[in-house]
Formats: sequence, C-alpha cells, structure tokens
Amino acid sequence: MSTSILQKDREKFTELQKVIDEYKDKEGPLMPIMHKAQEIFGYLPMEVQEYIANALDIPVSDIYGVATFYSQFTLKPKGKYSIGVCMGTACYVKGAQAILDELCKELNLKPGDTSDDLNFTLEATRCLGACGLAPVIMINDDVYGRLVPSDIKRIIDKYRNK
Amino acid sequence: MKSLQELEQIKQKTLDSVSLRKDRAGGIRIVVGMGTCGIAAGARPVLMSFLEEVQKRNLRDVTITQTGCIGVCRLEPMVEVTRPGEEKVTYVKMTAEKAKRVISEHIVNGKIVNEYTIGAAE
Amino acid sequence: MEFYRSHVLICGGTGCHSSGSSDIREVFQTELKKNHLENEVLLVQTGCFGLCEVGPVVIVYPEGAFYSRITKEDVPRIVSEHLLKGRIVTDLLYHDSIHEDDAIKSLDEVNFYKKQKRLALRNCGVIDPEKIEEYIAFDGYKALGKVLTEMTPEETIELIKASGLRGRGGAGFPTGLKWDFTAKAKGDKKYVCCNADEGDPGAFMDRSVLEGDPHCVLEAMAIAGYAVGADQGYIYVRAEYPIAVKRLTIAIAQARQMGLLGKNIFGTNFSFDIELRLGAGAFVCGEETALLASIEGKRGEPRPRPSLPAVKGVFGKPTLLNNVETYANIPQIILNGPEWFRSIGTEKSKGTKVFALGRKIVNTGLVEVPMGTTLREIIYEIGGGIPGGKEFKAAQTGGPSGGCIPAEHLDTPIDYDSLSEIGSMMGSGGLIVMDNDNCMVDIARFFLDFTVDESCGKCPPCRIGTKRMLEILDRITKGQGEEGDIEKLETLGKNIKASALCGLGQTAPNPILSTIRYFREEYEAHIRDKKCPAGVCQALLQIVIQADLCRGCGLCVKVCPTVAISGERKSPYVIDQNKCIKCGACLEKCPFKAIVKG
Repeated sequence: MSTSILQKDREKFTELQKVIDEYKDKEGPLMPIMHKAQEIFGYLPMEVQEYIANALDIPVSDIYGVATFYSQFTLKPKGKYSIGVCMGTACYVKGAQAILDELCKELNLKPGDTSDDLNFTLEATRCLGACGLAPVIMINDDVYGRLVPSDIKRIIDKYRNK
Repeated sequence: MKSLQELEQIKQKTLDSVSLRKDRAGGIRIVVGMGTCGIAAGARPVLMSFLEEVQKRNLRDVTITQTGCIGVCRLEPMVEVTRPGEEKVTYVKMTAEKAKRVISEHIVNGKIVNEYTIGAAE
Repeated sequence: MEFYRSHVLICGGTGCHSSGSSDIREVFQTELKKNHLENEVLLVQTGCFGLCEVGPVVIVYPEGAFYSRITKEDVPRIVSEHLLKGRIVTDLLYHDSIHEDDAIKSLDEVNFYKKQKRLALRNCGVIDPEKIEEYIAFDGYKALGKVLTEMTPEETIELIKASGLRGRGGAGFPTGLKWDFTAKAKGDKKYVCCNADEGDPGAFMDRSVLEGDPHCVLEAMAIAGYAVGADQGYIYVRAEYPIAVKRLTIAIAQARQMGLLGKNIFGTNFSFDIELRLGAGAFVCGEETALLASIEGKRGEPRPRPSLPAVKGVFGKPTLLNNVETYANIPQIILNGPEWFRSIGTEKSKGTKVFALGRKIVNTGLVEVPMGTTLREIIYEIGGGIPGGKEFKAAQTGGPSGGCIPAEHLDTPIDYDSLSEIGSMMGSGGLIVMDNDNCMVDIARFFLDFTVDESCGKCPPCRIGTKRMLEILDRITKGQGEEGDIEKLETLGKNIKASALCGLGQTAPNPILSTIRYFREEYEAHIRDKKCPAGVCQALLQIVIQADLCRGCGLCVKVCPTVAISGERKSPYVIDQNKCIKCGACLEKCPFKAIVKG
C-alpha cells in the first residue's frame, strides 16, 4: 500500500474505517461501503480498494470487479464540475447529440474524460428523468433544459468564471 | 404502533388538515369578501376570528376561503355562508365578535343569525 | 394540529424540481411571512402531479386552483391576490383548468385527468411525502393493521391471488402466485425485496411513486413480509434518484419511530424491517437475478434459472421480489377487496397502469389509466395530441425491451396480452410518442446502442449478438446497407431471443424486430435508395437552401462552421455538399425558414 497517500488522506481513511465498522456485520456490506468510500474520496483509487479488501477480508479482485461493473463507481478522479448530458430517449429525439458534440468541442474533451485542470468532467448519462425539459444537461446539481447548441458556451463560461 | 385504534387516532387528528385538499369538499363554506374595500373595512380580523373559532371548536367539513369584492362596498366586510342543500346566506358589516356568533349559531346549530344578514341591513 | 384555511401544494417531483420548484417554495415562504399569512396558509411539498410538461405546478386549495409553469416572479402575485384577497390569478392557471366563464374546473374535469384513474398514484400530489401522519390520514397503514390483526398469511395471499394483480415491472406475472411460491418455499429466513431500479430510458413511474408516496411501498412490503413469512426487506433503488432516496430514508425512519416497522407491529408477533440498497448505474440490475446479486454486493450479473428467487434468492434464501408500482396497489386491494380491483381493467389484466408519456406529445408527464384504455385515448385525449399538429407515426412502449406500435393499432385496448400480440410489451410503462420527424431505423439503433452498452457480458448471445446487430444498423444508417441486411437482423434477433440468459438479452431485439415488422419500407429506403425518409440519419441527408425563400441575408454564412455556404448578398445562397457537415446551425439561424433537410 502506498504510504504517501495514506498519510495525505489519513483523515479520510479514518472516516472510511468508521463506515466499514458500521456495515461490516450487516448482510451484503460491500456496495454501501463502496458508495460511502466514493463519497469520501471522490473516486475509488487502488489504495482504497485494497483497504476495503483487507478490512472485509475478501480478495481485492472482487472489489475491483464490482467497481468496474457499475458505471457510477469511478477509478479516476472527477472534475469539480461534473457535466452530464442526458441521452435518454426524449432528449435524444430532441437533439441531445448536437448538445454533447458542442460540449466536446467547447471543453476539448471526450465523453468520460476530465479536463487537466480538474475543473470539468464530461459524461453522457442515461435518462435524468426531466423529459419535459428535453434536451437536458446537468452540471453538478443544476439542471439546464430546452437547450440548443448555441446556449452551451454561455453556460460553460459561467462555471469557468466561478 | 400497538393497535388499530391508535392508528385511527392519528388518522382523525390529521384528517381535518388534509380534508381541505379534496376537490369541491361538501360541507359548509364560509367565504369572506377580501377585495380592497373589504380589507379596508376590516375583513382580516373577521377572517382570523372565523379561523380561530373553527380551530377552537375542532369543526370538520368547514372550508374558509376569501373572495374578491362581493359588490356592495358600503356593507363590507361581507361574509357568505353556504350549508349543503341550503340557500346562501350573506352577512354584512361583520366584525370579529359577530363572526363568533355566526359560528356558534349558524355553523354549529344551523340557525341563521337574521339580524346580521343583508336582508336586515337593507 | 393547526387549522389552515388554505393549502398551497407545490410539486416536488423531479420534473418540477428541475424546473425550479424548490426556489418557488422559498419565495412562497418569504411572501407569506411578508403578508403575515404563515399561520393561515400551509405550504406542502408533494410528489408528482403528473403534468410535468407545464411544471412547476402549484395547486391552491380549497379552490383547487391549478397554477402551471410558475416562476419565482409569479409568486408574489399569487400570494397577494389569491391568498390575501381571494382573487384567483386566472392568467397563471393551467389553460385547460378553467371553464369559458373563468370558473375553475375541478381536477377530474381537466382533460388530462378526466380519463385517468389514480390508484398507484392516488396520494401523489396530495400528501406531503415527508409526513407519515398525512399518509395515515388517507388510510395509510390501515391495510397492514387489518392483515396483521384479522387475517392469516394464507388468507392474505388468497386475497391477492383473487384480485388478479399482475407484476407491473413488465412481464406481468401474477403477483399472488409469486407470493404463494415464496410462502411455500422451505427456508429458515426469507426476504421481501422491492425492485426500484427503474432504468428504461424515458420511464419515471416508480420514481414518482417513491417520491410522492414512499409509505405505501413500505406498508405493502410489510404486508408481503407477513404473507410470505419474512422479517427483512430490501428496497433496491437507483442511486440516480436522489430525491426518492431521501424521501424513502425519511419514511423508513418515521415508520420505525411509530412502530410500523420493527418489532411486534400492531402488538402482534410480527416483526419486519426495511433497508435501502443503492444501485450504482447498471441497467441490467433491473433484471431480478442480477438485482439480487447486487444486493449481496456482487457484480450485477444475472444467473441462469430454473432456481427461482422464490426458492433461492438473495443470500441463497427464498425471496419475494416485486416492483414499486405492484406494491403501490397492494394496500388498496386489501382495504377495498379483490372484487373492487377486478372490476377495473380487462379480462386478463386487472387494475390500472401508470405510463410516462414522453416527447412528441403535448402533455409530457405521468398518467394512470385503467387497463384496456386505448393508445388513442392516452395520446389524444389525455396527452393532448402531438404538438404542431403533426401526424402520429408510432408509439414505443416497454423501453429497450419493447417495440413500436404504428398508427393502425392506435385503437387497441392496452393490456399485457394485447401489447405482446402486436409485437411490443407493457414493460414498466415508458410510452414514447413519435411523429414523422422520427426515423424508425435510428430509433431502433438508439435502443440497441443502449442494450449493447448495458449488456453485462455474461452470455454470448447478448454480448456478441446485439453488438453484431448494432453494427448492421450502424451501416444502414450510414448509407452502407446491403441487400439481405434486414433478413440478417431478423435471424439474429430471433436467435438472441431464444438463447440469451436473462430478460434483458431475450428482449433486446424487440425494438428492431417490431420496427422491421411495421416500417420495413423505411429500412428498405435506407438500404436501397440511400435515403432517410424522416431526414434524421445525417449521412443520408442533405441540407439545402430553397432558392425561392432565401432573401440572401447572409446570416447562415456567419454561423456555418465549415464555410460551406457561399453566394452573393440579396440573392439565394447555396450549400456546398462536400463541405457541409450537416450540423444544422444554419437551419436554426435562418429567419425565413428557407433552409431544409432533405
């Protein structure tokens, strides 16, 4: 286990240990622990997976298997602003692809990537459930609806300048 | 939760407050005229008095609402009371005190307070 | 309890939430304070009213005034006019909620609600989902009390069987039978689970129930626990539904505090508790065996039958798994009796079904109708028809597992059996309406792309088969289709249906097979004529300027990213098809609508 990360994130690991203690004896504790771990660290680096494996006494391959199976778990750090472009049916029909393309261009990112300054992560997501407002994007908890490609720059600039 | 009775008690306690949300509730309607003239003539204390009484007496099936100008500004504050199946009764020049009497006589006992009605004033 | 003369119900469903309903609530609070009305007027945040299209929605009782598309700026007017002076602000009312003489219609008279019958959604938009007392006031937990104190587990199961209720998650398996299997299975420990992993794109029925009426699911699960002999329940809910998760967490805590979950409920020997388990973004987890694996903390991969969950479910123990909407029907069936429930619906499908109406429809939103209602009634009478007076082309039901229904079947009464006869399925209730601007090949490709992405990869027919189908569809939409492609798709589709391991794979070809069945000529146009009749498939379309409409203003030249447009000012411009990337920027910009796709 890399000690440098342990030192840097000692507090976070203490917090993680609390979560593990809480769930350890419940049935099927792995997923809730991983959810909390991702809340604490922002992502699931190898060190965290190894830590959970040791604590629960299960092979780290099991954890890696679960972490890579579910799209919400991430092994890479995320940007400060996570941009989700809804690609649900309604949004798709209303032109979500053009919105996503525009965002790729504006941020110079591919879907799934994070900008080098750790400011933005761009993702195509499943239905966000705001079909009445299609096409929709979500930046962290803010929802922008009824968009056309030319709206994108103005919206992104707002976050750039924050 | 130990019994159905206990559940029923919680239900009854909350029911008064949520029954308002049923569309077009039957029951008694008290409508207070709250146009500019009504408010100027003191309709708010009247409204508050009705609210207080209804709450104090724990009356069910009474809705209190306001409306715009009823039309006879000189007789404001005006209040209309409708009991199911009966003609609408219009009370005029209402006060908080009069409201209490309307509640106890008309709403609770079904006896119209004739001296406050528009017929008596005209 | 305080008496409030007026209740302001603000929709707190996800749809209205994202159009700003929480801000509106705050402004209401400030405005009510300012006018000293805070002790007379109660603010209630409810679940979804269903009419998300015109959200945020606010209903003011006792008048039943239905305000739609409310902004923060509208709130002071509603407070000072309606709540203070009693003058309803008619110009902010939903257009269909007032009579010609400006009198307010009651909600059942509004077209959107007239043909609906709200059973599963009965409390949505009526109660405050964060107050257990309000649920109890509408007969909440009475069914649980009745079952525990007056009925045996066997009687409870017989009652559900007699009601004819079938699973609302899609397949329509008789619910009572499922309960019976689980009850009869041998095991020292049993579980009751709720599938709230609603993943079909365009579907949000279950989310609305969880957000608007979480207690009804808890109550039904406890009833099920009593019936099958379980003392532990799990609700597996998508992590993408934060509001639903929050309200469920509150609801569970309140129910525990009141002793409606926990030990010796209603003074009986019955104990039952519920825990939430969050999904993590895997569509396949909606499949029941995958969901159970995920609750155990494993990769959500389906496992082969025949061992039914009822026999060997979560942690290897007998498990009852129903979906949210199925549970939402249970308390009322207990209270009103099976005959009442049987009186609603068709011969083989009883009760109601909730549908999420999506795009190319005027009233986007949530509707609940008796089984047997026709698609035409749902789309035209409740849904308000297709915007812009365009023509109906197809409706897609059942999400990535379902199919497209063409206009010729608009009058089919909808139930489980009629939908599968016409090549679609009930599914969980997504209902996407399409008009002539939608390309059916593209739609099929969209759904298949979804399944390929979400395939867990365990069985080859789904992992490889759907991928091959997608490749063929991709070619077709790019103008590289070949003779024989349609037949290949049909063969592949039939084989995948027959051989895939779980429901996801077995139904994945449905969107393609049903669009081939009803819109074969559209596939042929793509393959033979290299044309997309709807003008959607980019590779097959051209953007052209109609010379007779072009005024030569030059706006299109400025927005064109590839400098593909040229011409003299004041005379018609032309697009160089070799340079054009079909981005459509010029189309959006042209003030004279002179630029068209063709």
